[in-house]
Order: sequence, then C-alpha cells, then structure tokens
Amino acid sequence: MRSESLGKERIIPEIPWDRVGVWIAALLTLCIYSFLYRDNVLYKIAEHLFVGVSLGWALCVTYHQAILPKMVYPVFMPARVDLARPDFVVAVPVLIGLLWFARFIPGVGWLTRVPIAAVVGYGSGVGATAAIHGNLLPQLRATLLPVVARSDSGAFDLWLSIGNAVLIVGVICVLAYFYFSREHRGVLGGMSRVGIYFLMLAFGAGFGYTVMARISLLIGRIDFLWLDWLRPLFY
Amino acid sequence: MEQRDAAQDGWLERLQRIDRRYIFILMAVAVIVPIVLGVRLPVGKPTRPVRLVYDKIDSLPAGSVVLMAYDFGPSSAPELAPMAVAILRHCFSRDIDVVAVSFYTAGPPLAQGVLDQVAKEFGKKYGENYVNLGYLPGMVPLLIRMSTDIPGTYKQDYTRTRMSELPLMSRVRSYDDIALVVDLASSDTPAIWITVVNARYQQEVAAGVTAVMAVDYYPYIQSRQLVGMLGGLKGAAEYESLVGRPDEATKRMPAQSFAHGLIILLVLLGNTAYVIARIRARRRA
Repeated sequence: MRSESLGKERIIPEIPWDRVGVWIAALLTLCIYSFLYRDNVLYKIAEHLFVGVSLGWALCVTYHQAILPKMVYPVFMPARVDLARPDFVVAVPVLIGLLWFARFIPGVGWLTRVPIAAVVGYGSGVGATAAIHGNLLPQLRATLLPVVARSDSGAFDLWLSIGNAVLIVGVICVLAYFYFSREHRGVLGGMSRVGIYFLMLAFGAGFGYTVMARISLLIGRIDFLWLDWLRPLFY
Repeated sequence: MEQRDAAQDGWLERLQRIDRRYIFILMAVAVIVPIVLGVRLPVGKPTRPVRLVYDKIDSLPAGSVVLMAYDFGPSSAPELAPMAVAILRHCFSRDIDVVAVSFYTAGPPLAQGVLDQVAKEFGKKYGENYVNLGYLPGMVPLLIRMSTDIPGTYKQDYTRTRMSELPLMSRVRSYDDIALVVDLASSDTPAIWITVVNARYQQEVAAGVTAVMAVDYYPYIQSRQLVGMLGGLKGAAEYESLVGRPDEATKRMPAQSFAHGLIILLVLLGNTAYVIARIRARRRA
C-alpha cells in the first residue's frame, strides 16, 4: 500500500489481519490457561472478554437471522422474503413476545402471564408427547428382547442372546435400585446391588468418555498454538 | 525399621497428594510431544455406530439431500469440525447435496467455512449443491414447522439470499425431501431431533457428538431411533479412515492415546498407593 505524504512517497506496510487474529486468539488462549496455575487478572480479562463477545455475537446473529427476516421484513419489506404482500399475522406472536417486558412497567406487570402461559402450555404439550413417543415407548420396546435370540439366517445366536439377557437383567436391576417404597432386603436387596454394579459400569464409561472429550479440546488448542501460531514463526 | 516405615508412609502419602499442577505439566507434555514430533499411530477398526452412519450415507442415491445441523461452537470444534469435514467429503463424493442449519448462534460461520472448504475440493456450487440456512432460535417449533415448509421457515439463508434464488431449495420442501438428518452437536440437540422429528415424522437421524455426550446416545442406537453415531475425536478419526482421507482427527489421535496412557498410569499409581497405605495401616492396627 502506498500513500503520498508531504510530496514524498511513503510505503505503508499492509497489515496481515489473519496473523493478527491468530496472535489475539493465541494470547487469549494462554490467558485462559494461566488459570491452571492460579486465578489471576489475565484470566479475568480473557473471561470477561469472552462473555461480552459471545453475548454481542449472539445478539447480532439473532437480529440479522431472526428478527429481520421473521419479524421486520414480512411486515415492512415483504419482497425481501419472497412475499407478495405484507404478512401482518406475525404481529400477533411479536406482540405476545413484547409482553415479557411488561414486568418493567408498574401496574401492568401481570401481562407477562400471557407469554408465560403460552410458553408453558406449548412446552408441556410438545414435551409430554416427545417424552412418551420419543423416549418412553421406543426405549421400552427396545428392552423387550428374546433371551433366545436368532440371527438373520434363523440359527441360534449365542452372543446376541447373552447381550439381550445382560440388557434385560441390567434394566430390571437398575429399576429395582431406584425403587424406594420398600427396604432393599432379600431379593430386592440383591437386585439393587446388581443394579449398582450396572450403574458403576455406566459411570465408568461416562468418565472415560469425559476424559477423552476434555483431552480432545486440549489437543485442539495445542494444535492451534503449534501449527497456526508458533510454527509459522520458525518455518 | 520404624524410620523405613515412616519414609515409605511418606512416599505413599505423597503419591496420593501430588500437586495438580505437576499433573497439568505432565499432561501438557503428553499432548505437545506427539503433536510437535508428528507421531503417527493406527486408528483401529471402525466401530459399529460409526460404520452404521457410513453405510447409511453410502446407500443413498446421487441427488439425495442430507440435512446437516451444526449445533456447536468454537469450543467443541476440535472434536466436531473433523466429523463435519469427513461426512461432507463422503456426501459430495457421492453427489449427495447438503442443506446446513444451526440452532447454535456460533454454528453458521463454522458451517460456512467447512462447507466452502470441502465444496471447493469437489467443485460443488453454493445454492445448487449446498446451502447454509444459518441460525434461528426456538428449536422445537422450528423443527415442527420444517415438517411442512422448510423454505418458509427460514425465508433467507445465512448470506441473506432469498429462498427463491437458491435452486437447491426448490427441491427441499419438507422432511419428505430429506434422506437423512446428521446432527453434529455439543449439547442435547440430537435428543430433540430424535424425540420430535424421528418420533413424529419417522425422519432418519444420525448424530456426531462430543465424547462427553456419547454415552447418553448409545440407547438410541440400540432402539434404532438413531441410524448411528460418531462419538468424539475417535469417531471422527474412524469416519476419516472409512472415507479413505485421514485428516485432522487421525493426526490428533496419537496425542489422545498418549494422554489416555498417562491418565491410566496416574489412576493406577494413585489407587495402588491408596491400597498399600490401607493394608499397612490395617496391619499396624
């Protein structure tokens, strides 16, 4: 980039914005990791910056991707969203939504009950059907398995049979563990003990996967610090 | 004799109370060394949940449409972005078109970056072979609305282009036109896809999730509510090997293995010290 200044030609170096971005990201990553030693001001700065930027980003995205095309354009600029004429129906949910802010106006705070009622009514209606049809019934059906299982060819499948038996025993014993209306003694006590072992196995698997996930994120950051930040400085 | 016992007790005590900062340093070394030295290790045979997703996409005819939901942000990108790249390579190599959506505000730019990168490799065009519809809030009502009118639900794409200007969207009206939904998620969105879209509209759903979430989704594979699942970086690496293009996930797996080895060693060390200390204390008593 060149510019004329007081009759002399001055060369202004072009700023490599992508490298600037990498440096900012790398330094902020180090600020966050400094917490591993102990809490400090650099960590606090990075943390607050993250919260602020995330919120700003979410607001901008929601404004451009939701508020404009779903609320503003259909009423004021219908052609921008392929509508022949203004769609005033969207004003109804928008008005109901705006009633959330009524709580800030003395005397009309009770109006917030309208959007709350809509959200609770809709949420419980959709949630109940999703829980029954999407979770309870399919999972129940998936537990009704033959203990003597056969493969696609019709032959007895030993491993599938063992798997099915373990699954059925596991489900029943874990349910027994969570049955609190009777003291866990005798048969119920034995079943609940077996249920604990199944739960322990599940917790162990969950812990293993959690470790894997956290390490993956660390690898991603180290990968970035080395490949994008440090290596270009040396090679 | 007593002095030796006291010294041994001191060691056992110290092993159980290692300063966490030493563990952080060891972990950093275990991760940095394989990355800097470029260590390579085999990924291993793909597991069944990953294979099921691969087989499903492989069975789709050319011209089918896969809806990919990018429900993650930069914090989970190290695990989920490699999955996105591998699955997109598989789709585009088989001439399967892709519609991207996101129910996470940080998802659309990540989706756009990955889509453009892979589309360039296969010469695919935006609007004809792939579209990024971007982010909209209110996942459940949107999913229900999408069952009848996907273009009407979104009205414009991530780049603010109208639906009528995107040729691909003229072929995608509802779930009837979607061969498979793939949700790449760092939160519980796959459960919503399953309990709302799969349960109500029998739409087939596959998921790519962070390793933390993987345990929660195995029951859905067993009940066949999920076609299959990619769990964490390992799932991504397995999919890369199935597609025949080892990439980011495969390169990162050695560091993962080194770190896991260190954790196993530390768990064994801590527990051994604990058990020995208990036995010694009991004997003394």
